[in-house]
Amino acid sequence: MADAHSGRGARAARPLSPHLQIYTMTVSMASSIIHRITGAALYFGSALLAWWLISAAISPAYFDYVASWFQTWPGKFVMLGYTWALLHHMMGGLRHFTWDLGYGYELATIDKLCWASAAISLTATALVWYYVATNYGSV
Amino acid sequence: MNMRTPLKTARNLGSAKEGADHFWKQRVTGVANVALGLFLVWLIASLVGADYATVKAKLANPVIALALLALVVSGTLHMRLGMQTIIEDYVHGEAAKIVCVMLNTFFATAVALACTFAVLKISFGA
Ligand code: HEM
Repeated sequence: MADAHSGRGARAARPLSPHLQIYTMTVSMASSIIHRITGAALYFGSALLAWWLISAAISPAYFDYVASWFQTWPGKFVMLGYTWALLHHMMGGLRHFTWDLGYGYELATIDKLCWASAAISLTATALVWYYVATNYGSV
Repeated sequence: MNMRTPLKTARNLGSAKEGADHFWKQRVTGVANVALGLFLVWLIASLVGADYATVKAKLANPVIALALLALVVSGTLHMRLGMQTIIEDYVHGEAAKIVCVMLNTFFATAVALACTFAVLKISFGA
């Protein structure tokens, strides 16, 4: 940021864009932020998938140890959260593809697409874990 | 008529010197991730609480192993590109940015190799 005003690459002192805080939060803005947050969460969460797969490749004992972590309440919460992040980010991605193809730019449509992604991902996550809970009892 | 200035020629490669290639790869892997992501949700849901033998047998199934490998390739390429965008947006110092972009590559590669190795080892027995 500093070289906008001095030294190499100095540019004319144009006004900076308004600070983020003066904008009113809109659905599309929240969706954009959540798309980024879920993307980052999936990024770090991928290490957990790697850990689980590696544990199955190491030994039954180590697999059981790792699986026991996923059986704890924080472990279950992480799996639930990962499912939601994945499905929500997926809906966000589909929304991006729609825009990339040139459709869905009317303001009302944008809002609808954003609300629909949120509704679909929450419902799908709930259905998946309802299925898991009823089929395995212990989960 | 060419409206471009020389500055445009020097700068059009973007913050990490890669150009529009990044955008396109993000889309291709994103599209692949839709199917592969649904597969992952199904796989996890079907294996929650399962014991070692069940998990191993399932992961060794060729169709499942191949889908997992595809997911690992597409997913890690995609997440590396996505995180690079985030880094470019928030890390402005040139040195810090290069370090972050590099660490990002290392992380994505490590996850990709670990998953691939695990799936292959389970599939080929041992
Ligand atoms: C499930 C299907 C998926 C779809 C359809 C999808 C689609 C997309 C798209 C279109 C973008 C670009 C957004 C933009 O240009 O602003 C993106 C960004 C990103 N994705 Fe995905 N993605 C998927 C799965 C994943 C997974 C599994 C991960 C991580 C392991 C991931 C991590 C990221 C990250 C970190 C970003 C950058 C976010 C940002 O720039 O704000 N995505 N995704």
